[in-house]
Amino acid sequence: MSIEIRNVKKNFGDFSALNDVTLDVPSGELVALLGPSGCGKTTLLRIIAGLEAPDAGSIHFHGKDTTERDVRERQVGFVFQHYALFRHMTVFENVAFGLRVRPKETRPSDAEIKRRVHELLELVQLDWLADRYPPQLSGGQRQRIALARALAVEPKVLLLDEPFGALDAKVRKELRRWLRRLHDELHITSVFVTHDQEEALEVADRIVVMNKGKVEQIGTPQEVYDNPATPYVYNFLGNVNQFKSNVLKGEASIGGLNIKLEKENQQADGAALAYIRPHDIDVQRVKSGSAPAFEAKVNYIHAIGPLVRLELQQLGQDAIIEAELTQERFRELGLNTGEQVFIYPRNVRVFADNTASA
Amino acid sequence: MSKKHNNVLPGFNLSLGFTIFYLSLIVLIPLSAAFIKTSTLSLHEFWVAVASPRVVASYKLTFGASLIGASINALFGLLTAWVLTRYTFPGKRIIDALVDLPFALPTAVAGIALTAIYAPNGWIGSLLAPHGIKVAFTPIGIVIALTFIGLPFVVRTVQPILEDLEAETEEAAASLGANRWQTFTKIIFPAIAPALLTGFSLAFARAIGEYGSVIFIAGNMPMVSEITPLIIITKLEQYDYAGATAVAVVMLVISFILLLGINGLQWWNSRRNSRAI
Amino acid sequence: MSGISTTQFSKYNAKIAKNRATSEPAWVRWTLIAAALLYLSLFLFMPLAAVFTEALRKGVDTYISALVDADALSAMKLTFIAALIAVPLNLVFGVAAAWAIAKFEFKGKSILITLIDLPFAVSPVIAGLIYVLIFGLQGWFGQWLSDHDLKVIFAIPGIVLATIFVTFPFVARELIPLMQAQGKDEEEAALVLGASGWQILWRVTLPNIKWGLLYGVILTNARAMGEFGAVSVVSGHIRGLTNTMPLHVEILYNEYNYAAAFAAASVLALLALVTLVLKSIVEWYAARSARAIEQN
Repeated sequence: MSIEIRNVKKNFGDFSALNDVTLDVPSGELVALLGPSGCGKTTLLRIIAGLEAPDAGSIHFHGKDTTERDVRERQVGFVFQHYALFRHMTVFENVAFGLRVRPKETRPSDAEIKRRVHELLELVQLDWLADRYPPQLSGGQRQRIALARALAVEPKVLLLDEPFGALDAKVRKELRRWLRRLHDELHITSVFVTHDQEEALEVADRIVVMNKGKVEQIGTPQEVYDNPATPYVYNFLGNVNQFKSNVLKGEASIGGLNIKLEKENQQADGAALAYIRPHDIDVQRVKSGSAPAFEAKVNYIHAIGPLVRLELQQLGQDAIIEAELTQERFRELGLNTGEQVFIYPRNVRVFADNTASA
Repeated sequence: MSKKHNNVLPGFNLSLGFTIFYLSLIVLIPLSAAFIKTSTLSLHEFWVAVASPRVVASYKLTFGASLIGASINALFGLLTAWVLTRYTFPGKRIIDALVDLPFALPTAVAGIALTAIYAPNGWIGSLLAPHGIKVAFTPIGIVIALTFIGLPFVVRTVQPILEDLEAETEEAAASLGANRWQTFTKIIFPAIAPALLTGFSLAFARAIGEYGSVIFIAGNMPMVSEITPLIIITKLEQYDYAGATAVAVVMLVISFILLLGINGLQWWNSRRNSRAI
Repeated sequence: MSGISTTQFSKYNAKIAKNRATSEPAWVRWTLIAAALLYLSLFLFMPLAAVFTEALRKGVDTYISALVDADALSAMKLTFIAALIAVPLNLVFGVAAAWAIAKFEFKGKSILITLIDLPFAVSPVIAGLIYVLIFGLQGWFGQWLSDHDLKVIFAIPGIVLATIFVTFPFVARELIPLMQAQGKDEEEAALVLGASGWQILWRVTLPNIKWGLLYGVILTNARAMGEFGAVSVVSGHIRGLTNTMPLHVEILYNEYNYAAAFAAASVLALLALVTLVLKSIVEWYAARSARAIEQN
């Protein structure tokens, strides 16, 4: 089932949590709502579920307007950030709850409930915990039980609020791979909220980057990472060097250099901000060719792991530029702190600087 | 939008409606009766009822004794809370549970029990009588009774705060060279002071209205050992309903102010604590 | 009021108590303990002991005959009736009020909380007085009631009303902070899973607040059975008819029948002790489940 969100607005007092959000979630996809805390992503998820009502706009499930429909009739599965497991019920009863509260005429028999619950517990690989109580489980186990409980009512849409937020780093990695596999098996339209870009990039089919109640960009992980639509997305996804710049006739000036902009990245003349990813910076010992290059000093070298991070200071400037090299390239160069190098930026992206003109 | 409030949980109208209905029926309408009844009095009649020397003497006694009782409880309640949270000694758990006895024991029972002890022939009264000290049937007896009924308040408000104090802050103080007394006065006491004040106010508010435990031990002599609630009863028994109600209204207003103060204090206190976390 | 929070697991554990830097010398410790025990003895233990000593002063036979006395038995009965009506009513009110206040945001909420607290601040004597003003012979409904041959004041309904008033806030006061602390995640989860309002209340909310609820009921019951001032004003002290146990104690005491008065008082004191034991048990369970939640 697809989800269409049309011009949704939501205010809490003076605070605008969602400001005219329009968004499509295609059927069967796993979509991440990505953004910092307070960007409105959880509010949007709760509005999709029917736990909050929008001030304006509408929600459609597969083309049908569900804005006014009660949360109980929407057939959504919701996994809460802190799981919200019923602490006085066993794991089995937690998963069975959604079936047990059905009206008599549609309620499955006890035997059927038992069969379905065990099936779900097997799906999340926790059948052996059926008789435990939530406080006796680890965080990762609770997370999976919460998912099994949400799936028990055979939802058309699965919504997950920061599903891995409360877990430690190792469990989080395991669980998100597991969620991805589970989604590939079930193909249920799913939306999850996260503030962790790595998580969104790894798990989702599609990422919705949100900021201050607005959608900044929608796209596949590849798209949003390689082609950020706004400076905000650039900053939010991965490390980036930011420069104050000026655009004149298709050339951007950065720290005294004039760099020709690619065709697909033209900007109107005026103040701009330029972005360069650290791995898009090439370091050379000697100046070669006609390509524009900065002269810089090596301030620090962090050589742990597969990538070597260099902290470079452009000569005559305060700005610190970060560059990432492979170990191989680094060894080839044989750099030491304090040495002078030439750096060659690739893939410079420029955006109009709204703060400067304001 | 059809749903005005942001919350989809059911039962809001039903639960709030019933709450307000029941609150009005049991508390608000009956209490308003006191104010309406008083408004039938002229200002002069009201003044005579609430400011006659006998009534004024009862205010002084009630507030004075309540203040002393609450102060005793503030000091010794803090001590008790401290001892119960910090030290181990035999019977501690039973004593801890017994602290709530004044909440559970009917006030009339407390009244006659305290009278039996502090009467001139009682366990303690007989020790004091040879020295010319009379407790029962004097204002001192009233202080004793009001101390009893207010005893749990300070202990129970201070105790959780003492339990939650991070031991590390005390260790930090010690590592910076503070001795125990300095640590207590500069670190621990400021942390528990709001709770102590809340407990004191609760004990004070409770004492002002107390009747059952006091009348047995007080002696109830006009101008000397007659508390304000007793004045109300006396006026009622003389069918002076308007007079009784006038005095009641004075007490009600004072109680409301105290309640607002206490609520404000607790609100401030919880805000302070939540910000600290 | 005292609450369940008092038994929360202490962060101040025994290990730290043994630490020299943050504990007092032994002589200070024992002096403080002795002072606290002296204070508690004077104001708590001795009165409790006095009740039982005085009750048994004239022997067991006198004691028992004072308790099986017809007036004493009818006073006990009335006390139980008053509690039996007041406790469930205030229980339902407490759950409704806590549901509205803890699960929803609305204007005037803090005023509502303060108003619920009002009966704590009102002198019991005044609590009785206001019902006299409404239902008494000269009161708002006095004429109408006497025309229809109904009696509220100096009769059982007045006693029940006064009892409800003085015990009004107890359950609500226990439940509001508890339910606020628990949030509404579990209720929302139940809602998404298709549960109706009553199903949420019975299957999710009530099991979660059962210890707080029981705690409130115990406090309400203790106060209901022991209330003196408010009941005294509306009762009329009619022996065998409108006397509750505390009033029965007063009458016997004023008649200088001390042994019988203390015998009746000892029953109430025993009830109070049972209350404290139950309260401790409930606190223990509540603390245990609170700890379980903390790990959650």
